[in-house]
Amino acid sequence: MIGLLKRDLTLAIRAGGGFGLSLAFFLIFATLVPLGVGPQTTILSDIAPGILWLGALLACLLSLDRIFQLDWEDGTLDLIATSPVPLEGLAAMKAFAHWITTGLPLVLVSPVLALLLNLPEGGFLWLIASLGLGTPALSAIGTFGAALTVGIKRGGLLLSLLVLPLYVPTLIFGALCVLRGAQGQDALTPLLLVGGITLGSLAILPFAAAAALRVNLR
Amino acid sequence: MNLRVTDLACARGPAQILAGVSFAVAPGQALILRGPNGAGKTTLLRTLAGLTPPIAGRIEAEPDAIAYASHADGLKSQLTVEENLRFWAGVFGTRDSAPAIAAFHLGPLLDRRAGEMSAGQKRRLSLARLLVSGRAVWCLDEPTVSLDAENVARFAAAVTAHLSKGGSAVIATHIDLGLPDATTFDIAPFVAKQIRADDPFADSFAGDAP
Amino acid sequence: MTSLWEYANPRKFMATSAVLLPWVAGVAVLCLCGGLIWGFFFTPNDFRQGATVKIIYVHVPAAIMAINAWLMMLVASLIWVIRRHHVSALAAKAAAPVGMVFTVIALVTGALWGQPMWGTWWEWDPRLTSFLILFLFYLGYMALWEAIENPDSAADLTAVLCLVGSVFAVISRYALLFWNQGLHQGATLSMDAEQNISNVFWYPLVTTLAGFVFLFVTLVLYRTQTEIRARRLKALIAQERMA
Repeated sequence: MIGLLKRDLTLAIRAGGGFGLSLAFFLIFATLVPLGVGPQTTILSDIAPGILWLGALLACLLSLDRIFQLDWEDGTLDLIATSPVPLEGLAAMKAFAHWITTGLPLVLVSPVLALLLNLPEGGFLWLIASLGLGTPALSAIGTFGAALTVGIKRGGLLLSLLVLPLYVPTLIFGALCVLRGAQGQDALTPLLLVGGITLGSLAILPFAAAAALRVNLR
Repeated sequence: MNLRVTDLACARGPAQILAGVSFAVAPGQALILRGPNGAGKTTLLRTLAGLTPPIAGRIEAEPDAIAYASHADGLKSQLTVEENLRFWAGVFGTRDSAPAIAAFHLGPLLDRRAGEMSAGQKRRLSLARLLVSGRAVWCLDEPTVSLDAENVARFAAAVTAHLSKGGSAVIATHIDLGLPDATTFDIAPFVAKQIRADDPFADSFAGDAP
Repeated sequence: MTSLWEYANPRKFMATSAVLLPWVAGVAVLCLCGGLIWGFFFTPNDFRQGATVKIIYVHVPAAIMAINAWLMMLVASLIWVIRRHHVSALAAKAAAPVGMVFTVIALVTGALWGQPMWGTWWEWDPRLTSFLILFLFYLGYMALWEAIENPDSAADLTAVLCLVGSVFAVISRYALLFWNQGLHQGATLSMDAEQNISNVFWYPLVTTLAGFVFLFVTLVLYRTQTEIRARRLKALIAQERMA
């Protein structure tokens, strides 16, 4: 299973853009917001927590359909399903690889974008903490959505439609955590709730994703 | 017996394709599946591999005994030949990929990326994976597609070696591989194209008056 | 011994539902007409809310049924996953658009009620927002059904989505409560002996609620029949093609 992870990471690096694209999208998104909203720093610092979380979420969403699609098209998925690796393990590793190539870079650059958006100083630590804890849930939920839609041609739009409602609780708690941190209020409770959602998603969703993969491979 | 199939019925989607298929493959034996295009060879092989659940009948084999090779090569074009093989060796928990490299003469290609190879070379790499899998029963779907005569001979030699070590193979192919202990199994008599028997919408019911 | 599961056979279901449908539909029409006329014309205006309070007879039952429709889909999906009864999967499929329409009715009547009462058509209140998200869940569920060609695979995948979606819907509900304490009034109906509203409004409300329940059952039975006929037609065409 470590082999699976290594292979996915190698592919992401070699294919060019596995790491970079979501990051570039996040950057563009954060740049466009002030252009749309206006340059007043007070407004920007008010909406920065939500914008940063929303940007990270959309950047994650962008790369979801590639999680299983390529392996499905070239027959690798069939072969893995007949190998000793359980599909549950495959789903978990795919989610992990997606997080490393998408979620982790987003967490690392988020403070820079927070500077651009004038996030109040108190929010920075909470931003990193909540994104660090929350993006694994985004990857796990997205992997489940990708497993559901893997057999559908041009399933990308449908994938977004299925996954976005499932992202609601993570987004709410994550953005709330940063907002409260920025305002100097108690931010620990939402942070712990984000952690709870992540742990729950990681515990349940690989099994649901594997069930969906089995149906799609029939 | 490495593989025994009893009264198997398989389906693809809502349609039943084959019914009443029974055969047994002993160690050292190869079964050549014959049948016209669309008869259901692929469906049968996918059912044997455990990808599609059978709608009736039994498939008896040791757990984790079957290695499946489909039409698709299942290779990653950004990885080199060696990396592709090493990945599958890791998946199947085998360490030694040297015999696989030797059997399909992949030595000179080891550092080439799979994406830069010809269809026949890719096919050789994908067949080499069978040796890496270390499994006893090979289920192969048209394995010789895009192979030249020399490499068909290499493939036949690999299958023969596999059989001589007590392995077996079920191969859907149209060409004569010249295997020593091969039985031909024609699936044409078992073709039963109909709505699958467990579909409750297949029989008429009272409510469907016009 | 006859068991309940016999009704999961399409033939038995068609026969039974054909007998049931007119009765259920009749009760639905009676309850709806009776309850709505009673509620609209024979109850006093609320001393604070005036005549606008009467939208309650549509808004509350629609909202309750919007949630119960999802619950019914959840149960039907579970039955499909565990016992593989085809009619159950089709009933879940049939209920989704009905539930979605109830959700839209609840949202629209809520907006119409909210405008005079709160002075705004839309408020990001936790309950309103939950219904908007429920609407999105219905959309996704229906879209997944439409996108998959093989009906059994579609039933399996939508069932998995329904199960996972239910968990996330419940979490979303509590997340929204955490997110914003709203200005929605508390529960209108409750099982407690102490009712939140007086009997004058209570009886017609329960009548319309019963009407909505029977309307839901009617529509789901009817749509399930349609789905079964569609599957039967598909089977016949496939048989024809293969013969």
